[in-house]
Amino acid sequence: MQKSTQSFFDEMQLDVVDLDESRVRQIYSAYQNWLKDIPLHQLESKRQEAELLFRRVGITFNVYGEEDGAERLIPFDVIPRIISANEWEKLSAGAIQRVKALNMFLHDIYHQQDIIQAGIIPSSILANSQYRPEMVGVDVPQQIYAHVAGIDLVRTSESQFYVLEDNLRTPSGVSYMLEDRKMMMRLFPDLFRRYSVAPVDHYPQVLLKNLRAVAQTSNSEPTVVLLSPGAYNSAYFEHAFLAQQMGIELVEGTDLFVRNNAVYMRTTQGPQRVDVIYRRIDDDYIDPLVFNPNSMLGVPGLLSVYRNGGVTLANAVGTGVADDKATYIYVPEMIKFYLNEEPLLENVPTYELSKEEDLKYTLAHLHELVVKEVQGSGGYGMLVGPAATKKEIEEFRLRIVSKPANYIAQPTLALSTCPTLVEAGIAPRHVDLRPFVLSGKTVTLVPGALCRVALKEGSLVVNSSQGGGTKDTWVLEAGELEKTQLSENSCETKQVTTIKTEIKTKQKAKQKTIENIVEPAC
Amino acid sequence: MLSRTADHLYWMARYIERAENMARVLEVTYSMSLVPNAAQSEAALWLPALEIAGNVDQYEEEYGNVDAAKVIHYLSMDVNNPSSIYNALRNARENARAVRVDMTSETWENINALWIEFDQFRGADLTKAGLPEFCDWVKARSHLFRGVCFGTMLRDDAFSFVRLGTFIERADNTARLLDVKYHLLLPDEEEVGGAVDYYEWSAVLRSVSAFQAYQKIFSDSIVPWRVAELLVLRRDMPRSLHACLDEITPILEQLAGRRQVECRRLAGELHAKLRYGKMQDIFQRGLHEFLSDFIDSNNLLGAEIQRAFLSINAS
Repeated sequence: MQKSTQSFFDEMQLDVVDLDESRVRQIYSAYQNWLKDIPLHQLESKRQEAELLFRRVGITFNVYGEEDGAERLIPFDVIPRIISANEWEKLSAGAIQRVKALNMFLHDIYHQQDIIQAGIIPSSILANSQYRPEMVGVDVPQQIYAHVAGIDLVRTSESQFYVLEDNLRTPSGVSYMLEDRKMMMRLFPDLFRRYSVAPVDHYPQVLLKNLRAVAQTSNSEPTVVLLSPGAYNSAYFEHAFLAQQMGIELVEGTDLFVRNNAVYMRTTQGPQRVDVIYRRIDDDYIDPLVFNPNSMLGVPGLLSVYRNGGVTLANAVGTGVADDKATYIYVPEMIKFYLNEEPLLENVPTYELSKEEDLKYTLAHLHELVVKEVQGSGGYGMLVGPAATKKEIEEFRLRIVSKPANYIAQPTLALSTCPTLVEAGIAPRHVDLRPFVLSGKTVTLVPGALCRVALKEGSLVVNSSQGGGTKDTWVLEAGELEKTQLSENSCETKQVTTIKTEIKTKQKAKQKTIENIVEPAC
Repeated sequence: MLSRTADHLYWMARYIERAENMARVLEVTYSMSLVPNAAQSEAALWLPALEIAGNVDQYEEEYGNVDAAKVIHYLSMDVNNPSSIYNALRNARENARAVRVDMTSETWENINALWIEFDQFRGADLTKAGLPEFCDWVKARSHLFRGVCFGTMLRDDAFSFVRLGTFIERADNTARLLDVKYHLLLPDEEEVGGAVDYYEWSAVLRSVSAFQAYQKIFSDSIVPWRVAELLVLRRDMPRSLHACLDEITPILEQLAGRRQVECRRLAGELHAKLRYGKMQDIFQRGLHEFLSDFIDSNNLLGAEIQRAFLSINAS
């Protein structure tokens, strides 16, 4: 077993070498109490059981270019990430505030452009390739652009969280939030008796309600569909899962066609009008008549119907301009400008390499910075200075110099770690957190998130395309458990006993909650 | 429902049924090969299996002469043979995956588990004792598939298209099997009733799970025309042509509703022939002619179903 590295904040602060329980963070103490009686091989067999179940249910993704049914699993870790009710309150308020401002920004940038006139964001943003002139002057229902937003958060200390990036196009991963929870409840039902974990499985219902609310046609029972690129897309499982949970049709581009300013799907009983499309296809592929003409995934003529209000797209077209890494820098300013509030969540300090002095600084400190491509995603096209070889740094330097405006740089953050089951045993691995913010009549999020974990020792890249895994994220319900934890950690054992007694007395009520939450995992 | 969804469900069911029938043919041929003097040669024994699958030419091109090991591999595992069990099951699973939303999770997981389990047979030697075990497995998975559909799916259009696929495919397979075997077993006016003959015909019956049914209904020695009657006209025999059309016709009535579609008329016509046909007349005209007509009409029916409900331009 490995000793946790002291320079990183650990979510649990488990010290497996000293077995010193007093250092374990309060919210994990009941978990630690449980964990110490569980032999490692038993955890490992639970992990294998989870893998088997995921395979059976088909929670897999295709790898492009690999034949013969090569489907992969995103690794699942059996040790949860636990977040206290207090922490969650802060994070969710911050994420909601951010998404509100981003939606207002999107409306503004496609209409009056006040924020440019106020001199807060430079007009060069209009030249961004993600800015869609086709959307100028188009009114979207309730001025919601990002119906679903994934806000990537990282933590560096007990109190310090940063927003790493906003995902406003077709953010994915929410199915893992839901499936990981189901899996944990199946594997470790007893843990859910020790902890009062806030339920997350109403997410699809909230999303469906929001989607129905943005229909612009007079239909009182609007038809909502999920538009997927198809079974060979890496996120196909998620598309199928969400469509099933919401009870809506999962369609592909060829299932839809445009006629008389309306979108129809081809059914065995003839054409049927579609009012709202929850699309999981990027802007570029959605309408070959307007964007990429080679796209086989989209629907010819869709954009024109959309612009005329014949159908609603979620997310709206053109949201990419707001989650671009070059725009990211201005989000705190947006919050002040549109909401007249102080940002609740901080941005990572960012160097814009289009600026002379930032470029100079960055080139001199490449070995300690993270450099990202402005339009890159999925962990591709980035340099992690401290982990890179000299050769990699020099190659990247040439790329930066040739097109500085394509890059931003950030200090290498000391991402928090969370104990994770790896081959050698339980060891700290770096994690991030992606809560999903839903915008409808109100802006909300279910108390949970996708927690991604970098499984390679020391790695800071958590993306699944780069070998990252996922963990279930437990947001604890506010209540008795929480209150006890607010006191000092000096009398650990006593507290654990207190918590246990309280749980016992509340057990009946809780069991009921659990029964309501538990669904058969398959 | 979406036409594409209906298409995937229909073909999923067809491919599962196809795999099952292929397994039945392999199994029965294999058990024949254990009977001494059953056939003049290995080639004579295994060629009909290829004929039933309908791709002798492709086989000869790829493998040359007919021998047991090669035919078994070709029909069970060959990646390049579009009607091998491997490809049938793979296609069934791919179709299922594309519409996993439109079936119950039990149905989906059942097919997915089938595909995961299939891995244990890849690379196994099927020429020896492995073959019956493999064929039993394919049949059992197919039974399970029907059971899980029947036991869990809502009785809506999705269910109808699954059933439709099953019976169109089954009718085709039963007709082919009977045609090839009958052809082969009755060369001339030769005398029937010998021991080998008994084995042959009981094998045919077993391959469509009809051996016990035959005994029960006729309780007599096995004679070819009664086997034919059982597999063509008996509506209470679940793999017979009549039984298949008994299922197909009402499904098409219900799916078509008030629409006048050709497939509905065709099914009715085909159904009437089986319902009111007499075995004596069929034999007089020739069983082979009757069966090859049936196979053609059934193919046409499939194409018309495709045109009316499933193709992307259906609406």
